[in-house]
Amino acid sequence: MNWANAVLHGILLGGLYALLATGLSLMFGVMRIINLAHGSLALLGAYMAFLLVEHAHISTYLALLPVLPGALVVGYVLQRTLLERSLRAGELVPLLTTFGLLIVIANLLEYFFSPDVHSLDSGRIGGASWRISSHFTLPWFDALILGVAVVVLGGLQLLLRRTQIGRELRATAADPDTAELLGVDARRVYATATAIAVATAALAGVFYAMRSAFDPFAGPTQLIYAFEAVVIGGLGSLWGTLLGGIVLGVAQTVSAQIDVQYFALGGHLVFLAVLILRTALQAGGLRVLPRGASA
Amino acid sequence: MSLLEVRDLDARHGLLQAVRQVSLDVEAGETLALVGANGAGKTTLLRTIAGAHRPSAGRVVFDGRDVTRLSPHERVRLGIALVPEGRRLFPELTVEENLRVAAAAGRAGRWTVEEVLETFPLLAPLRRKVAKSLSGGEQQATAIARALLTNPRLLLLDEVSLGLAPIAVDGVYAALQPLFESDATIVLVEQDLGRALSVATRVVCMLEGRLVLTGAAAELSREQVTDAYFGLAKA
Repeated sequence: MNWANAVLHGILLGGLYALLATGLSLMFGVMRIINLAHGSLALLGAYMAFLLVEHAHISTYLALLPVLPGALVVGYVLQRTLLERSLRAGELVPLLTTFGLLIVIANLLEYFFSPDVHSLDSGRIGGASWRISSHFTLPWFDALILGVAVVVLGGLQLLLRRTQIGRELRATAADPDTAELLGVDARRVYATATAIAVATAALAGVFYAMRSAFDPFAGPTQLIYAFEAVVIGGLGSLWGTLLGGIVLGVAQTVSAQIDVQYFALGGHLVFLAVLILRTALQAGGLRVLPRGASA
Repeated sequence: MSLLEVRDLDARHGLLQAVRQVSLDVEAGETLALVGANGAGKTTLLRTIAGAHRPSAGRVVFDGRDVTRLSPHERVRLGIALVPEGRRLFPELTVEENLRVAAAAGRAGRWTVEEVLETFPLLAPLRRKVAKSLSGGEQQATAIARALLTNPRLLLLDEVSLGLAPIAVDGVYAALQPLFESDATIVLVEQDLGRALSVATRVVCMLEGRLVLTGAAAELSREQVTDAYFGLAKA
């Protein structure tokens, strides 16, 4: 694989990261919740699809039909039962709650599915790629994921800009108390946001599980990639999330070109560089010690 | 039966008791001005009526229904709208989007987006601008228009002139004038006594959380109100 091809594959891989990051970005944007269980919820989606594929003997793509609405319900209920209460208790509590959820999900998955590594069948296009030239190949499945990511992000953008629930989401994100004074049920809006976030996570999780083997403890790694994509792309911007995912993907595949074991490291380094640059560019952002009283 | 009945209402901010044993009736169709010094509890009273503040005791009854335990959005859906102090627009949303959020109330009626843009003509050319780019007067007009779009039966206006240039205040009141003259039920908090007396049918004065004076605007003298305002009246 040459460099240019590595970049191409990185861009395609970015689609998966963007899809994974969408829900994380949405929940932070609307409720200021950093959902540490996001990767684990993605994995939960993958396991639900696995269950259907194993027992109902349907294709993975078909399994998405019940898994995605199921994920919407899981997200809605999760918000109404657990996250809503923790939001009322202060800023740090949701972080702790989702951290606990991460551990609970991983252990439940281990209990029900064993710690074994599984994988999901990706059908005929799974391993197929288009040989453009002797140097270029285009893996169909990754291209499909990028396409789905663009459609999901575009759809979400349309929802936020053009619909009543979208306006209510943006209004509640800005000022939940005032939104309430206009008749918006802020708690229902929050639950809707979490439902969408968990559904996109499940979609990303199923795609991830079709690309590579997974086990009950793969959630946190996915969370880290999603988190990096969000930070690189900038918080609160959906297209920024796509860009962040692509930058992360390219950083990984290009580093892997140097040495395969640098795959993840390259992404982490770019994430770190962006983080430092961002903080440095903000006025006084890198100040570690508090300024004196004269400031 | 009054449209709004407030009974023995207490409201606190931590240790501070902002509203003490307030009982108040608002009749359908009247414009009630709530006056009083800073910290007298006017804003807290309005916010408690709207449901944005939880009372520590007492009841709020709207159209015969006890709404004390209802959340703000449930009260909006029954027809109570508050224009909060400081306007509180959604800064990143356009004027039109700010207005359309009010559709969440699900109350159809006289006020539509087109109708409010006619009533507040200064907003028409601004509808695609983001709210944070507006001047104070424009923001206030948007905030009032937004509340009207919930088609309220009771409109609570909290210091609509706060922080505005005198000319902008004139603009806001000129736009509100038809509303005051209509059969709308309005409770407004206003620092400017002259303006409060000129638009209201009835005036209520608050002092340190209590109602100390109430009367028809036409029958009260400015001196009576200022005495109550500063706590000089013999109770």
